Amino acid sequence: MSTPGSPRALEVTNLSTHIKLSRSTVQAVGNVDLGIDAGETLGLVGESGCGKSMLALSILGLLPSGGRIVEGSVKLEGNELVGLPDADLRRLRGNEVAMIFQDSLSSLNPTKTIGVQVAEPVRVHRGASRKEARDRALEVLELVGLPNPKERLGQYPHHLSGGLRQRVMIAVALACEPKVLLADEPTTALDVTIQAQILALLDDLEDRLGMATLLVTHDMGVVAGRANRISVMYAGRIVETAATEQIFGAMRHPYTQALLGSIPRLDQDNRKALVSIRGLPPDLTDPPRGCRFAPRCPRATDQCREQEPPLTGSGPDHLFACWHPVDGLAEPPKVYAQPSAAVETTARSNGHLLEIADVVREYPVTAGMVLQRKVNSVKAVSGVSLQVAAGEALGLVGESGCGKTTLGKLIVGIEKPDAGRIALGGREVFVLRGRGLRRARRDLQMMFQDPYASLDPRMRVQAILREPLVVQGVGSRKEQDGKIRQLLEEVGLPAGALERYPHEFSGGQRQRIALARVLMLEPKVIVADEPVSALDVSIRSQVLNLMKRLQAEHQRASVVISHDLAVVKYLADRIAVMYLGKVVELGTGDDIYRRPVHPYTDALIKTIPVPDPAVERAKREVGIRGELPSPIYPPSGCRFRTRCPRARAQCAEQEPLLRRFGPTHQAACHFPLREPDGAPVSAATPRSPSHPG
Amino acid sequence: MTDGRVKPLGEAEAPLSHPDLLSTVAEGGEVQVIASGWRLAVREFASNRVAVIGVAILVFFVLFCFIGPLIYPTNQSLTQPLKANLPPGAATPLGGTAGPLGTDEHGFDELGRIMLGGQTALEIGFFAALISIVIGTLYGAVSGLSGRLVDGVMMRFVDIVYSIPFLFIVLILATKFSATVLEESLLLGFFSWLVPARLMRGEVLTLRERDFVWAARVMGSGRPRLVYRHLIPNALSVVIVNVTFLVADSILALAYLGFLGFGLQYPAASWGDMLGNADTYISNGQWWLVYPVGFCLVAVVMACNLVGDGLRDALDVRLRRR
Repeated sequence: MSTPGSPRALEVTNLSTHIKLSRSTVQAVGNVDLGIDAGETLGLVGESGCGKSMLALSILGLLPSGGRIVEGSVKLEGNELVGLPDADLRRLRGNEVAMIFQDSLSSLNPTKTIGVQVAEPVRVHRGASRKEARDRALEVLELVGLPNPKERLGQYPHHLSGGLRQRVMIAVALACEPKVLLADEPTTALDVTIQAQILALLDDLEDRLGMATLLVTHDMGVVAGRANRISVMYAGRIVETAATEQIFGAMRHPYTQALLGSIPRLDQDNRKALVSIRGLPPDLTDPPRGCRFAPRCPRATDQCREQEPPLTGSGPDHLFACWHPVDGLAEPPKVYAQPSAAVETTARSNGHLLEIADVVREYPVTAGMVLQRKVNSVKAVSGVSLQVAAGEALGLVGESGCGKTTLGKLIVGIEKPDAGRIALGGREVFVLRGRGLRRARRDLQMMFQDPYASLDPRMRVQAILREPLVVQGVGSRKEQDGKIRQLLEEVGLPAGALERYPHEFSGGQRQRIALARVLMLEPKVIVADEPVSALDVSIRSQVLNLMKRLQAEHQRASVVISHDLAVVKYLADRIAVMYLGKVVELGTGDDIYRRPVHPYTDALIKTIPVPDPAVERAKREVGIRGELPSPIYPPSGCRFRTRCPRARAQCAEQEPLLRRFGPTHQAACHFPLREPDGAPVSAATPRSPSHPG
Repeated sequence: MTDGRVKPLGEAEAPLSHPDLLSTVAEGGEVQVIASGWRLAVREFASNRVAVIGVAILVFFVLFCFIGPLIYPTNQSLTQPLKANLPPGAATPLGGTAGPLGTDEHGFDELGRIMLGGQTALEIGFFAALISIVIGTLYGAVSGLSGRLVDGVMMRFVDIVYSIPFLFIVLILATKFSATVLEESLLLGFFSWLVPARLMRGEVLTLRERDFVWAARVMGSGRPRLVYRHLIPNALSVVIVNVTFLVADSILALAYLGFLGFGLQYPAASWGDMLGNADTYISNGQWWLVYPVGFCLVAVVMACNLVGDGLRDALDVRLRRR
């Protein structure tokens, strides 16, 4: 790897960082070793709270208050950074070492123009004149592929979309041609199609500028195609470091193996439960004595619980910290899965339980301080028709702003449609008022995305679970108690949880409580809006398995909304792909994944990062180009035409209708990837797809 | 395994069932027992030295004003012109000496009078704050939860009332009413609910978009349940912090009124009245009529503000140092 004599671009040895709180000390980073050469990308992967961001901040000397490097060294091209006075560090930051942050909206200054912000590091570090700095800013903005950089110089961050802002952030980082680039979750806040563009850009820049890049992420798919080597971090320790192929194909640490196994994948059979890691990561204020993974590890022995394994391995190229390493994929991970979910798609009744017909929801855009004239509207949902049969799970998938969440809110009546109808069991629900409406709400319940916001922080779990029954006046107090206990057990929480407040639970546990609350009223339809996107990978698979099992046991219809096609494919029987307020393709999971006909679906599947280096490296094209058009002015005709490689004149003139491509498969495209089977399905009264089995 | 595709691990094996592994630990993992949010807040508050000093000052004044007269009984109802304006410790013409803080122009013992005035100050401060916080909280919650039209009307009403000079109105009303402690509290309370109403409305506007409020709506909760079970408990920290500042404001307002001559009816005393009366004597060098009262007033108001700041730091998670 590194040639002797020439120091590596970045070398971290035995680095430990502690953060002192008022009553305890978080041992955020412990004895970390890593090195990156120029022109190399090291992927640093781990779940939230594992210390990966703290490690990146330690390198820059930008620790939060109370944070302190207690031992170890950080060398930048052989020069020690730990212990340098702040003034010297300031000279390095943004100059020799630069950082890209996750949230481009809060990381850019909203009151300064883009040109000024990109020029700032050049002015500070190079002492460039205003004119020189401006020229440099223009140059870097061109480099990062910002369209019309000259005009953008005078714009403010809020004028740009998330993807373009992230490009500006990268431009700021690159303005002084740093030797080391620290990218902390650079694409986590972005949509998959934009994420692919940004990752391709980072890759390209690294090749051209020859920097050393530390790519910090929680997403195995992101590092699979980009990193030369990967370090896996768990509870403040690096547990395994190896070349990318080794990590994915011949990992030795049980954590790496289980982590990879718990990611739902598009090409996997959704009748099988996911691998999941039992329990929760340890509390870093009081970490376990031995191996930090031991409490959750199926292979743990007494030695693991007593002695911490050192980071050694088969050679300098493959390091791991484990007493009882696994041997790659030869022995499959022991899974702590629920007793088989028995997820068989049972025969569905033919009638529609939930019927959504031509539903439209537009949010007015007003102008004028006093009169608030309606000048235009954001077209969130534009004429969507879908049906859900009893016991069926329908998935809604699409990028942010495609209207999937609005549609979910329309179904449970948080929003009212501007046109169209939503009927449950043939009866329109939200024209009801008063008592009738309250009674009807029982049948439509919603599970929210953010488990930290969806439970009232001032209520105990018992009161939270009781609330739906009290509101609906169901059962006596004793019956309510019985039901609360039964459901709490079903979602896998100890009975002691009843007396606790939400802040005492982890994100995954909260989502379990939310799931139990949704089931309290035995609704006919459950809408789950991004049920696992706020959770970590190992916890996500627990919750997904649980949802899958409860789906099978309770036989309730559900609508699963997610930006993650793999999650939707795992949970849903049928999937509707949405783009800018329209359903563009509808079919079973295999229809969508194996036989997509709409160019958008096809590109979306190709863009999703797969935790498999062979697949990721084979990807050459960036998938979908450009940005999502504004939903205030959606394109005429087919809304996807502005980004579609197959678009022709007809697409702009005529809106495509849903056409049938198979017994369960429909798509709306003039020039599909495959010729349709039948005549167009009228948008107004689409025939129901019959279900196999 | 560098060539070929990696087999997804999830398929590597059929789902196992390990009942023995599941039986010991609930599948969702153990629940960490953390102290309740309120207990954390108390701990945070207790570690804030300045706030604890504030509490100590308040406790001292409550004891001083309400228990003090039992230990140091003085005549505060019959004027004794012969004992008027005696400096601390001076011999009185009737024999004996004046109290440690002397006497005022009516011959009342100044220390005892400060205790008496402190009683009314604390009582009125507390009642007025209570009245205004109840009105303000409910008004703000209803306004924040209502539609745009009702909310607009309710808040414009607040704007209008807010633009009327508060002291001016109170002074006019004070002349019409014969002020007792209760009446003065009502008067001050009815004019100081505007700030809590605005604060509460702002809090409700953010709370009502939170998912747990939406979840309650999806269950079919009516507006009263939303207000009492979800919005008020979650806005309580804002309300509690505001109460302490309101107490301070009310005590100050009472002092203004007293100073301007619209204080409480005789025989009740207030610190404002005492300061107002003393105004004429300060030029004669009778310092004991001004500084002790002034000091008490400043100390109590400052203590309220210190406690309020401490509570805000303790209850607002964003400000908590953890």
